[in-house]
Formats: sequence, C-alpha cells, structure tokens
Amino acid sequence: MSNGAAEITALTAAEARRALDARELSAIELTRSYLARIDRLDDEIGAYLHVMRDVALAQAETADRRIAAGNSEPMTGIPVALKDVLCTIDAPTTAASRILEGFRPPYDATVVNRLRRQGAVFLGKANTDEFAMGSSNENSAFKPVRNPWHRDRVPGGSSGGPAAAVAAEMAMVSLGSDTGGSIRQPAGFCGVVGLKPTYGRVSRFGLLAFASSLDQIGPFARTVRDAAMVLQAIAGHDPFDATSSPEPSPDYSRALTGDIRGMKIGLAREYTADGMEDGVVAAFNSAIQRFGALGAETVRIDLPHTEYALPTYYITAPAEASANLARYDGVKYGSVETASTLRETYARTRGKGFGPEVKRRIMLGTYALSSGYYDAYYIKAQKVRTLIKQDFDAAWSKVDAIVAPTSPTVAFPLGARTDDPYQMYLADVFTIPANMAGIPGVAVPCGFSEGLPVSLQVLGPAFAEATILRIADAYERTESWAARRPQIAAAG
Amino acid sequence: MPLSREEVEHVASLARLGLTTEELSLMQDQLSSILRHIAVIDQVDTAMISPTAQVGSVSLLLRADVVAASLPRDAVLANAPRQQDGFIEVSAILDVVNEETDS
Repeated sequence: MSNGAAEITALTAAEARRALDARELSAIELTRSYLARIDRLDDEIGAYLHVMRDVALAQAETADRRIAAGNSEPMTGIPVALKDVLCTIDAPTTAASRILEGFRPPYDATVVNRLRRQGAVFLGKANTDEFAMGSSNENSAFKPVRNPWHRDRVPGGSSGGPAAAVAAEMAMVSLGSDTGGSIRQPAGFCGVVGLKPTYGRVSRFGLLAFASSLDQIGPFARTVRDAAMVLQAIAGHDPFDATSSPEPSPDYSRALTGDIRGMKIGLAREYTADGMEDGVVAAFNSAIQRFGALGAETVRIDLPHTEYALPTYYITAPAEASANLARYDGVKYGSVETASTLRETYARTRGKGFGPEVKRRIMLGTYALSSGYYDAYYIKAQKVRTLIKQDFDAAWSKVDAIVAPTSPTVAFPLGARTDDPYQMYLADVFTIPANMAGIPGVAVPCGFSEGLPVSLQVLGPAFAEATILRIADAYERTESWAARRPQIAAAG
Repeated sequence: MPLSREEVEHVASLARLGLTTEELSLMQDQLSSILRHIAVIDQVDTAMISPTAQVGSVSLLLRADVVAASLPRDAVLANAPRQQDGFIEVSAILDVVNEETDS
C-alpha cells in the first residue's frame, strides 16, 4: 500500500477490511503501524496499561495467513484495544486496581474469545477507572488517561483508555463496559462513537463484575459502521452468562441504509441540566435540525422521572458492587496483606488494595443494604427504577428512538471534580437512565465547543440496536465530525 | 442524613474494609454528603410501585445437563497467594471464638 503509517492508522475498520481482503494491506503492516503509534504517543496519553506486542504480532501473522487462504471474517486482522476489566488468558487483567496487580486470568471473557476466534489482533489492555468506577479515568490506580484533544482534560470514564486509544488512532476499535455511561460518556469526551448494547445483548462472562443488573460490554469506533461491525462479532447468547439473551442478532450493517425518513425521534425536555454548557446546547440544537432535514419527525416526549435516575443509580450500583467486590479477599487471587486472623487479613488486603472511589462505593452500597436501611435505600431505589423504566416504555409507544445530549459538558480539566464525589457523579447524569432501563444507546460526535468534542446519544427500545445505529449512521453521513482528528505531538 | 462515626465504623466492619482514621473521617463527610443528594428520591411516591431489581428479558434458563471439561486445576490455582496439595490454603477460622458475629 502506498500510504504511510499515519494514513494506515487513520483507516476505518471497514476500509481496512476491504484493503486487507484485497491484499493491498497486510495485518502485520497494520499492526506494526498501530504499535509504532502507541510507542510514540502513549507516554503522553496513558491509554494502555499493558501493550500485548508479541500477542498482537503473532495474531497478525495468523490473520494474514487466514486472509491469504480466503477465510477472513469481519474482525480478522483488525487491531483492537480491550478495557482492562475483560479477562484475557494471555495478558494481565487488573481492572486498574492494586488488588489485582499481576492477575493472569485462566480464561478469556466471551467477547475476547469471540474476537479471538474471528482473528482480531489484540493491541493491549486499556486503562480505566478502578473497577470501572468513575467518570474521568482519574481513579485508575496506575495512571490517568489524558484526552487526545487536550492534554489537560480528562477523557471521560470509566472507559477512558479504550475511548482515547480509538480517538488517538492507537487502536482501530476497542471494547469497553458501560454501567452508568462508561462507554457513551468517554466516547463523547473523546469524539468517537460508543455503543452500549441492550442489557442481555452481549455476554458478560469474563467481565470483572461491577453492578450486575447494569453492566454491559460494547464497542468504541471512529464510525457507526465500525461499531456495528464489532457489535455483530460480540453479540449473542452465551451459555456461560444466564442473563445473555437468546434473541437472534439482526445484520446490523444492513440496517445502515442512511434512510430515516418518517422515523419518529423523541426529544425529552428532561435532558437539560443546570450547568449545561452553551456550546453543548448549540451543537445539540443544530444536530436536531439535521434529523429534520433527513426526513425524521421530531416529537416532544416526557420522561418525568429522569431527575431521579442519578440518585437511584448511586444506591443500586454501589449496592451491587459491594456484593460483587466481596470476592477480592486475598485468598483466591490478587494481592494479600496477611494478618493474624482471616478476618483481619480480609480487612487489610481490601484496605490496602482498593483505591478511594472503590472504597467509597463499597461503603455506600454496604450501608444501603444494611439492616435498618435496606428498605429506605435499596428497595426504594428499585421502586424508582420501575418508574424510570415505565417512562421509557411509555415513550416507545410514541417514538422509534430518543435523541439527547450524551453529557451536559465537554471534557473537563483533570482534577476539576476529584474533591467532590457527587460533582463527579453528575458527569453521567444523561447516560445513567438508559442503564437503569436496560436499553441500548449509541453516542456519536455532533460538533465542537472550545475545541473539544460534543456528542449526542440515540437511545432505543430493548434490542433495537439496528434502529439506533441506523439513525446515528444517517446523522453521521451528513456531518464531517468523524473526519476531524486530534493533532497529537509526542513529547520532545 | 449525616452518618455517625460509629455507623461508618460499623459499615466498614460489615464490608471487611480496613480504613485508616483519616479515611474514616473523610468517609463520614463524603458519605453523608452523597446521602443528602440521594435523599431526593424520598419525594417520589412509590406506594403502589413494585421494585425492579433486574431489567433483563431472560428468566431462568437451564442448560442441558451434560458433562463438559472445566478449567485445569493448576490454571485456577496459579493465582492463589497460598496453596497446598492442590487446594487454596486459608487461615483457620474455627478456632477463633471471640470474633463478633454481624447481624
């Protein structure tokens, strides 16, 4: 291929697929270009906790043989970053936590296994907030991630590494997890596409559990089409995850027709917030005009319990986390601080191994589940959750999808919200309701403010990924936001 | 509702989380502040509403009862900090009689 390395990493996965199958580009060439870019830039960005160089090069060689034999699948030879909450048999998996430092999983997560079987190339394990708890990636025990668009801004979180890797062309696509917005919010802050599938669409087997009624794995990509391609590869029932749905997956790429004429798109007045930035409002409003120009009908809807989603989430998610993280006790795996009694060993191991935000959430969740407070907090939150879900159910009788801003602000400065946990939690105010209801959402870039990306999300009914991807793709075709890439200079 | 120091210590004990004196103080302030924000849900009338703990559409799938290979023992034990004779080694608990029991 005549293009230089810089142009190779700028290819979309769909373009690379065509070039690989046409033998204009080799998987090894593609992989080397990405590894070189990681070497050059990641000291500045911090997107990776572990680069899987040898694994990636071996996978690329295998992919080239497979392509030569005419046996390629959509992900064969495509370089991927994996959020470090996904178990990988051939690389450490730490959840960016000291308590799992050096942990080598004895198995692959199902999503990892599916990509591996298709012949994808694993570039490495991407940085995250510790145990996926955070909105800025500043809770990583190892290092923060810097936003590729502005080095003093956060990339969002918790999947800050996977988002920044794709934005900075240090991965072609990546996988993250979204419990309260951890794919969509960093996708928005980094100016890339991020998809949270329906609860049950993608197996969570081998995902280090945070909040099991909310967690879902999904892709980051530079285009909606690439996100659809990755979803196709990872979606579907898995006997190892009883919450994964037997519902068949449609052909997501075929849904991307560009035609959304006559579709009804809901706009909810509740998706405005105090402190919503003018630049975000302006970019969102001009995007809404585009949907009209594409022939979609915009419909005003009400989601009256939206304001309660955030407080409800901060009971539900910590409650589930407090139970899920009980397994980190220094006995079966991970780091240990041995004391004279087993109970004291637990306390010391966990006190030393977990970082501040993880401790805060374990405490909050334990409190909400404790005797005397269970009804007032946990059960109350579950009842409000019913109302939040009913709001969406009622909306689907009027509209095909809902379009809303992904976040009330653009990426904020590093350190700006670390002193006040609740201010940090507010960064997810627009993304949390979808998790509470279990519905899918895709974040797509919709402009810039102060030189930083602005994003909108398309939400749809459960298992309507094809619909929201179609709407997001149709919008993406009218704009050139995806073509604008951050300019990153390596430190001199 | 502000949390007392005793409540914070009790919750840390329930969670088997060893916190320093400074962490306990910070936790008391921060949890109290978060709970104040969360209290807004008390405004919602949920008298006639049933709780939703799970939004998934799948209910109780049973797999076929067939024998399949499981992970090799060595692979599973490889991450254990202490092991003996093919087992994970754990400190004795039965001779500890003076540990409190939580309710």
